[in-house]
Amino acid sequence: MTEIQVGTEAADAASRSPQTPAIELDEVVKEYVSHGEVVQAVKGVTLTIAEGEFFSLLGPSGCGKTTTMRMIAGFEDPSRGNVRLHGQDVTNVPPNRRDVNMVFQSYALFPHMNVWENVAFGLRRKKVAEAEIKRRVGEILEIVDLTGREKRRPREMSGGQQQRVALARALVNNPRALLLDEPLGALDLKLRQAMQIELKRIQREVGITFVYVTHDQSEALTMSDRIAVMNDGMVEQLGTPREIYERPATAFVAGFIGTSNLLSGTVDCLRSGFAVLRLGDEDQVLAEGGSFSAGEPIAITVRPEKIGISTEEPTGDLSIVRGIVSEVVYLGLYNSYTVSLAQGAEVTVFQQNALDSTSTAERGDAVWLSWRPQHSYAIGS
Amino acid sequence: MKRLAPYLLILPGGLWLAIFLVVPMVFMASVSTQEGDVVNGFAQTFNFSVYGDALMQYKTQFLRSAGYGLVATVVSIALAYPMAYWIAFKGGNRKSTYLLLVLLPFFVSFVLRTVSWRFLLADDGMLLAPLKSAGLLPEDFHVLQTTFAVIGGLVYNYLPFMILPIYVALERVDPKVVEAAQDLYAARREAFTKIVLPLSLPGVFAGVLMTFVPMTADYVNAGILGGPENTMIGNIIQTEYLVNNDYPTAAALSFTLMAAMLIGIFAYAKALGTENVLEAAAR
Repeated sequence: MTEIQVGTEAADAASRSPQTPAIELDEVVKEYVSHGEVVQAVKGVTLTIAEGEFFSLLGPSGCGKTTTMRMIAGFEDPSRGNVRLHGQDVTNVPPNRRDVNMVFQSYALFPHMNVWENVAFGLRRKKVAEAEIKRRVGEILEIVDLTGREKRRPREMSGGQQQRVALARALVNNPRALLLDEPLGALDLKLRQAMQIELKRIQREVGITFVYVTHDQSEALTMSDRIAVMNDGMVEQLGTPREIYERPATAFVAGFIGTSNLLSGTVDCLRSGFAVLRLGDEDQVLAEGGSFSAGEPIAITVRPEKIGISTEEPTGDLSIVRGIVSEVVYLGLYNSYTVSLAQGAEVTVFQQNALDSTSTAERGDAVWLSWRPQHSYAIGS
Repeated sequence: MKRLAPYLLILPGGLWLAIFLVVPMVFMASVSTQEGDVVNGFAQTFNFSVYGDALMQYKTQFLRSAGYGLVATVVSIALAYPMAYWIAFKGGNRKSTYLLLVLLPFFVSFVLRTVSWRFLLADDGMLLAPLKSAGLLPEDFHVLQTTFAVIGGLVYNYLPFMILPIYVALERVDPKVVEAAQDLYAARREAFTKIVLPLSLPGVFAGVLMTFVPMTADYVNAGILGGPENTMIGNIIQTEYLVNNDYPTAAALSFTLMAAMLIGIFAYAKALGTENVLEAAAR
């Protein structure tokens, strides 16, 4: 039982070629039985996470993101499908023999051990020489800025410090991938934002693949190289933060990431690669993406900050709609307008308070909303 | 009024203990050094030699009691730990049902339970008689009046006091912490010895305190299930007091027992104190 498939550092380095993906999930399904019924928590997820990547699994609670991560860690056995770490099938390998480490949501520090012993735990199980343990624990505590606190017990530390102990305890083993399960959830906003930047710095410094589970879209956007947006046990969209934000593939992604306006109508005609959408008599909306034919019903999304609002008719090759301001909310950084369109839809518009803080329109004003055609995308249903 | 409130909380219990514990103890301490007999009355003579005399006279029973208490405690841990572990980690949503089952014997009188053991284990009782007639046991085989019966009775009667504190300690162990250990390359056995066991030791410690002391001082089990060879110090005190009416000897034995157990418990706490044990386990 003492044989651990983690190998030596040299063997590690050899198999860590950038070509081999760090983690591969192949049609992974997780089913469990609840009240006599089979429930699928994860419905066939296929992912390839590259070496050194900061990868986020983002989605609402119950979307299967934590279950997916626990299958990578080995705490859950997939009902179907395979998990590969660096090309090696580990589907049936128990967690203690997998060379990935996890940072738990509640940290799960060992309460009866001090910081040093917590961090040294993994290396001691791997039977690393005591001098080597000393060096590596010292090194990692320096990286997470906990030098001098080795003798503290977890309960004597603040939430942010415990968080860093948890991080050090996992990172010190130089794992092939670090799995983080909503690690910042218990911290207050300021500390959370500081830790986001800190985590990104540490990840760059150690160069280890990070898989980050979160329901907080801004966290995922801030830190990730790529994001998989999950919903109802499936990956809705996979892409860089920019792609996910700018070009949401589904209505769910558009709604879950940031604020988004969803407008539906029928395609009137096609003009220079854009579909021209008819909403009301005087409105025209141009949308990118996909191939459409006239008369086809489609839905488009547009982000509130992309929309200009004015009381005079704008000119140019823009998407233009008319409406009545039904609400103006001052939010410091920007004003938020809610505009009711003639055909009943409501559009949210953010206008930055950059030049002067007086609002361009008041409640009840008739306004034109306009945006560039490339900022609205037709999305799948 | 506000500053008095904490004292008011402790007042009823404090008074209760003062009247029903401290006063009788002082009284018995005084009795222990008196001389005389029940007919002519006792007089205070500060006769401290009764302590040495009583201890010498009943040295065997003292040692036997300590031995029985120790063995019964060890057996209790061996039985209680797996049970508490199972309830805490595998009990699911039926935990309280299982705990109720553990406590069920308490709803039946202590003496009644022990006496019914006597029926069950009698030389020609419902358990031994069929085995003997089937030739599986020799005719003179007996369970009652043996060390085994007394220790068995002690364990049976005090087991819940060991299970409950261990259960409480195990219940508080976060399953995520065990997962963290496995994630950090600990095999199941190591996760138990390095994490679960050390974290549950305060419960074992409490269980030992709650069982060793009453088991060592017990007289019911030795009286009902044991023979003349199994007499414990509790039986001696009972006899000296109620049968021989030798109040000073009974009181002196009681205080000696109390002192011995206090010293033992403090030594135990010092040697195996929770902090020390946890320090050792962290390595």
